[in-house]
Amino acid sequence: MLKLKVNEIEVEVEEGLTVLQACEKAGVEIPRFCYHEKLSIAGNCRMCLVEMEKSPKPIASCAMPAAEGMNIKTNTALVEKARKGVMEFLLANHPLDCPVCDQGGECDLQDQSMYYGVDKSRFKENKRSVPEKNMGPLIKTQMTRCIHCTRCVRFATEVAGVPELGAIGRGEDMQITTYLEQSMQSELSANVVDLCPVGALTSKPYVFEARPWELKKTETIDVMDAIGSNVRVDTYDWEVKRVLPIINEDINEEWISDKTRYACDGLLHQRLDTPFIKYNGKFEKASWDEVYKIIKSKFENTSKEKICGFVGDLSNMETGYIFKEFLDRTIDTKNYDSRSDNRFINTSKRENYLFNSSINGIEEADLILLVGANPRYEATILNARIRKAYLNNNTKIISLNDVDDLTYPYKSLDGKTQTLNNILEGTHEISKEIINSKKPLIIIGESLLRLESSEFLFNKTKEFLLKNNKISDEWNSLNVLSTDAATVGSIDLGIINNENNLFSDLKEHKFDIVYLLGQDNLEFDKKDEFIIYQGSHGDKGAESADIILPGAAYTEQDGYFTNLEGKIQKAYKASYPPGEAKEDWQIINELAEFMNNRKLFNDKDELDSSMFNYLNLQKEKQVKDQKNFPKEFQNENLIIKVKDYYFSNVIARSSKTMVDCNNSKLNLKSTGTEG
Amino acid sequence: MSLRRPAKDQPESFKFNASSLEAANVIVAKYPEGKQQSAVMALLYIAQKQNNNWIPLAAMKYIAKFLDMPYIKVYEVATFYTMYNLAPVGKYFVQVCTTTPCMIRGANQLVEACKEKISENEFQLSDDKSCSWTEVECLGACVNAPMMQINDDYYEDLNKQKTLDILDKILNGETPKPGSYRGRVNNEPENNRKTLVDLKNA
Repeated sequence: MLKLKVNEIEVEVEEGLTVLQACEKAGVEIPRFCYHEKLSIAGNCRMCLVEMEKSPKPIASCAMPAAEGMNIKTNTALVEKARKGVMEFLLANHPLDCPVCDQGGECDLQDQSMYYGVDKSRFKENKRSVPEKNMGPLIKTQMTRCIHCTRCVRFATEVAGVPELGAIGRGEDMQITTYLEQSMQSELSANVVDLCPVGALTSKPYVFEARPWELKKTETIDVMDAIGSNVRVDTYDWEVKRVLPIINEDINEEWISDKTRYACDGLLHQRLDTPFIKYNGKFEKASWDEVYKIIKSKFENTSKEKICGFVGDLSNMETGYIFKEFLDRTIDTKNYDSRSDNRFINTSKRENYLFNSSINGIEEADLILLVGANPRYEATILNARIRKAYLNNNTKIISLNDVDDLTYPYKSLDGKTQTLNNILEGTHEISKEIINSKKPLIIIGESLLRLESSEFLFNKTKEFLLKNNKISDEWNSLNVLSTDAATVGSIDLGIINNENNLFSDLKEHKFDIVYLLGQDNLEFDKKDEFIIYQGSHGDKGAESADIILPGAAYTEQDGYFTNLEGKIQKAYKASYPPGEAKEDWQIINELAEFMNNRKLFNDKDELDSSMFNYLNLQKEKQVKDQKNFPKEFQNENLIIKVKDYYFSNVIARSSKTMVDCNNSKLNLKSTGTEG
Repeated sequence: MSLRRPAKDQPESFKFNASSLEAANVIVAKYPEGKQQSAVMALLYIAQKQNNNWIPLAAMKYIAKFLDMPYIKVYEVATFYTMYNLAPVGKYFVQVCTTTPCMIRGANQLVEACKEKISENEFQLSDDKSCSWTEVECLGACVNAPMMQINDDYYEDLNKQKTLDILDKILNGETPKPGSYRGRVNNEPENNRKTLVDLKNA
């Protein structure tokens, strides 16, 4: 530990920290533009100048390592003058267009020039003007405003792992651009919008939409993948204007993926805002009473074995729980599932379907083996962590399949399950590496769990790890990479049917009534089934439905989600459902009341406490193994099926921005300019 | 000076020829393993020499792959240094020094000569596309001002007529003799040395 003084306040800091960090520890605020905690140090904006005893000149505190006995002063006339000088230089070429700048109101340059700058400029010459750059469909550029902090360049190179941004030219002519102005090929690209301390990089879909002070801000959880990134949803009346990350060091650090950020315009399109009934192949508007009446008579005239229900990938846990209760208690059937295909999940222990080492744990790992996973598209933020681990510890990464660019180098094997089997039997060279490493990680993707021999391979993997002491209280190498927000929560709630194969039954048309709760990913041909679709968007599920019950999207109702690590987090209501649509739990509650003259739950609180009771009980209960999978080994080709990244759920599919993103990617491929 | 842009007409591909490749390998070998990116400046210069004094985008890509680094990093370096030409400059590239000492000694005459013989504007190719000229900052031969550089050679102690003669020669494909055009040996005083005369190797 080092002892130093900041403005006569004594602080102790660890070795390796900078003067700026020491100042922060002393509670002294240092203005800065180029410095960012999560990025490497550049030291080029000079805004963080402070006075150091025995130094004739002020020092850049972000780049100066803290040392024993330093005496730092930040409140002297010298520092004030230095800040004013730097500010004047930065503003010399910065346009005075704050009234038409989207950054206005949340602009570092604006704020800091208010605090530390001067109110006049002595710069009489012409200001520099820089042409706009193309950075793809998400990032709007106004490069005249750029102050060359290079945060975006460092982010692209370090965190996103796509070194496509750079600073060309020199001196006054320096410009930030992508290589030959191609769009940035990263799923994290829009984070540069947050990083940009000025209005040079702003959000293209959000351009001129609203001012920050007009928006209602709600801190909530993202549902685009199973990570459960913490986000802030900004709404203007009903409309969700934008989604921003909030810092959660255990999950998403400071970043969110482009889909999380920009699929929100999908909340405005294709919405179901009133109940519909299909007459002769055409949907007609109906009232809630009418649809409830029809559903009631249908349920009453159908035997309970002929009724099944499926919970979708975006449903929150309350909805899943009340749906399960509805089918259990009101209908009295066990025919419900939250999966969209017959994927193997061993529910006997919670660790069998969680990402056990936790997202933070990735940084400690010394060997990562990916089987049947493409984390770049299945869990973008988690992939950024793997890249961080690679950068910091040079972690060795092996993938059973060649999954193209993951933003870090990895060794790929032949993609045959035989190879995996060899590894688990100890006859492959990699098995020794796994055994010898202290904290190995095996990340099992959903593609592996869809194989014929998935149960065999999964259990064998677990056995192998148990045998070599890689599963203990301290470190659990077994990691399952779920892809959907609802996956883990629904399994925790037991919305899974391991007795029968509902999916083959569905294909064989064994059911008369199919209740789809936000489930759009089932593959089956409709024959004579009566389909009830409850959800927020008119997509595949609604198309095939006979009755549509308009529900709410994740920003329009409170609800819990359990992320892939098993962390339970609450998403808060930022907006309200459109038109006559209702919150999902309410619809099912009302339907139950309509059928039995008794509500399932009196209010949301009762539902919540009942759900948590169930979860607590479930923790102690052991469930028996499932039967649907052959126990013996088969040599198969492991094919990684990743959902189209920009269209992986109904919200993303309804989003115009996601279409633009997809097109920009396709265009790049077709011109072949990337190689 | 403003930001230099890559030329519109770009060749499809670029490859080091045998001698360039050999030179490049010698440079890369100077750096420890994993640090071969440090050779980027030298390699860009080799590419420029091979390709009639300019670097096409294909060459930048080629070098990026050669050194296993991102394209943008090579592009950054190539746009940063003004001595890398990003557009064709002709087989003979004339750089006229117009910094103060040369300017005082009449560098503007050299510029006039270039405008007459080569082209009206800087970086504009001559009619036969073999030559272009530009003004540059100090080339470090102030004692022999005014002067200009053609490719690798310095032509010193010039005036307008001498410049015209030199330019005539290069436009005819000849290589004029480099050095002082007032008969000086390197940068010795005119009419022989006046000091240190008794020292042979001074």
